[in-house]
Amino acid sequence: MSKQKNTLMGWIDDRLPVTQTYEKHMSKYYAPKNFNFWYFFGVLSMMMLANQILTGVWLTMNFVPSAEGAFASVEYIMRDVEWGWLIRYLHSTGATFFFIAVYLHMMRAILYGSYQKPRELIWIFGMLIYLALMAEAFMGYVLPWGQMSYWGAQVIISLFSVIPFGIGDALTEWIRGDFLISGATLNRFFALHVIALPLVIVMLVVLHLLALHEVGSNNPDGVDIKKLKDENGKPLDGIPFHPYYTVHDLVGIVVFLMIFCTVLFFFPEGNGFMLEYANFEPANGLKTPEHIAPVWYFGAFYAILRAVPDKLWGVIAMAAAIAVLFVLPWLDRSPVKSWRYKGWMSKVFIIVFAAAFVELTWLGTQPANDLNTFLARLCSVIYFGFFLLMPFYTRMEKTKPVPERVTGGH
Amino acid sequence: MKKVFALIAAFIPAIASAAGANVHLDKHLTDLKDTASLQRGAQTYMNYCMGCHSLEHGRYNRVARDLGIPEDVMKENLIFADKAFGDLMTNAMSPDDGKKWFGATPPDLTLVARVRRPDWVYTYLRSFYEDPTRPYGVNNAVFKDVGMPHVLAGLQGLQVKGTAQVAVGFDTLTGQEITEEHEGVLYLAEAGSLTAEEYDKLVFDLVNFLVYMAEPIAVERERIGWWVLLFLAIFFVPVYMLNKEYWRDVK
Repeated sequence: MSKQKNTLMGWIDDRLPVTQTYEKHMSKYYAPKNFNFWYFFGVLSMMMLANQILTGVWLTMNFVPSAEGAFASVEYIMRDVEWGWLIRYLHSTGATFFFIAVYLHMMRAILYGSYQKPRELIWIFGMLIYLALMAEAFMGYVLPWGQMSYWGAQVIISLFSVIPFGIGDALTEWIRGDFLISGATLNRFFALHVIALPLVIVMLVVLHLLALHEVGSNNPDGVDIKKLKDENGKPLDGIPFHPYYTVHDLVGIVVFLMIFCTVLFFFPEGNGFMLEYANFEPANGLKTPEHIAPVWYFGAFYAILRAVPDKLWGVIAMAAAIAVLFVLPWLDRSPVKSWRYKGWMSKVFIIVFAAAFVELTWLGTQPANDLNTFLARLCSVIYFGFFLLMPFYTRMEKTKPVPERVTGGH
Repeated sequence: MKKVFALIAAFIPAIASAAGANVHLDKHLTDLKDTASLQRGAQTYMNYCMGCHSLEHGRYNRVARDLGIPEDVMKENLIFADKAFGDLMTNAMSPDDGKKWFGATPPDLTLVARVRRPDWVYTYLRSFYEDPTRPYGVNNAVFKDVGMPHVLAGLQGLQVKGTAQVAVGFDTLTGQEITEEHEGVLYLAEAGSLTAEEYDKLVFDLVNFLVYMAEPIAVERERIGWWVLLFLAIFFVPVYMLNKEYWRDVK
């Protein structure tokens, strides 16, 4: 196509590598042909990102970022703005489904060793996206200025105050822009939520994809498809991303949208886990809610925080729980990528780790009683054990031979 | 004995517990498609609640439209004289006055059904009982030491908290009701203008209206939801076939 000098496309291609880029990333990007269910969640994450940005833009048109006006403006959107309720629910339900997609996307990487050499940078960029996404979601939750917005922010920001040497208090004040959570906090969170962090996330997603397309996609077998190529230099087990995976992903998108729309149209509050009941009451700095709970997607880290009896060490544990994910590529010493060919210890650890993470997520949303605290401690130990013991069990265990070609698929 | 049964009327609004937070709540079987119920609820709200509790995020014309109330009927009966049809449903009570009179400013109730949940509101409004130690002579089994007087006492009558026979089930052989003596039970000591059933119905309608008020789009949202799901289900067919067609040549 780039040879056709007389066409409009040729004219553009001489000045901007549109066709070349399209070919590199879509029509001549060879992806392994054995992608399974788990490989839908990358594109689904991107779709939810687009959803959040688009609905966010429209919400911004009517949202009032001030302590006096925020709460009422959300209700104004819900009642008086044409289709405002739909835009708002797309955004609030979208946040939940964004995290569902991202968590499953990360789980995929853990199952098939997608973070291993040579894909360490893809993983690092992914983790940075996740980190930015957590900040983005946290600040977004403050904006409706309900009781949980206020007190959730109060709890989370006060975590910074545990930093010793007088830095903590100064830092907390600097983040809040006030001596307590106030309109100043709301204003800056609004700015960060709608401009700064979305920009960062989009740029990181571009880097994530560029890094991926540089080294190529992993697959459920962890086989390097570039090793075996045909006479034209195309991987034997690879197929062009477009049209094969575009039409394939479309199936996943429609199914995912069905689940998304079921929740959006019939359970927009998500039983109080997505839109917490207490958040339908305007923020009141003089009235502490009985039970301050994070939205479900922060549950795991909140549970780890509370599992530690000391506040400083709790914060350190929570930070470590996120930080340890960054070094995952260097903790895994297994000669094989996919859990299909790892030994039984890796398999057991992955399953128990996933169960512990789900359990922690649940515990984080529940009041801390004796049983819950015990379970949170147990699951926290499992969580860290999975990572910290990984260098040992991945090296000790006997792995199975990895086949030359990918298996299964179509 | 029979009289005690009649007084309890088999409807025990709430069995108060010492903890307060763990009060048993009666189920409110919300029905937002029952327009007549919503209209009655709106009427009760405007007559008994609106003076103190605004619905500041809602608008009169929206309520009239959604509940099928003609504009003239709405204006004549349900809107304060100084308000326009498209106004927000605020009231004239200043927050400071409210605080002075009741100890706490009566909250806006637009979203109360989403904050407290329908079951809570339904039980709360049926759980006032006589308590001479309180400023307005009543306390509430669901919301201890609430500042609110029992505005609906003229309709419900006055309950007292004490020991009474409570129906706990039926004898499987004879079909007779089995009762037990319970402490801390609310029962009607002084009848109001409505029977217990009528009062429950009135509160049911009122809560129904508040659930509508908390999310006026709820019924429409679900209606649209079915169409969206139908579209996706139909769209799935060509998408699935397209995928199958392309992947036919992948070995």
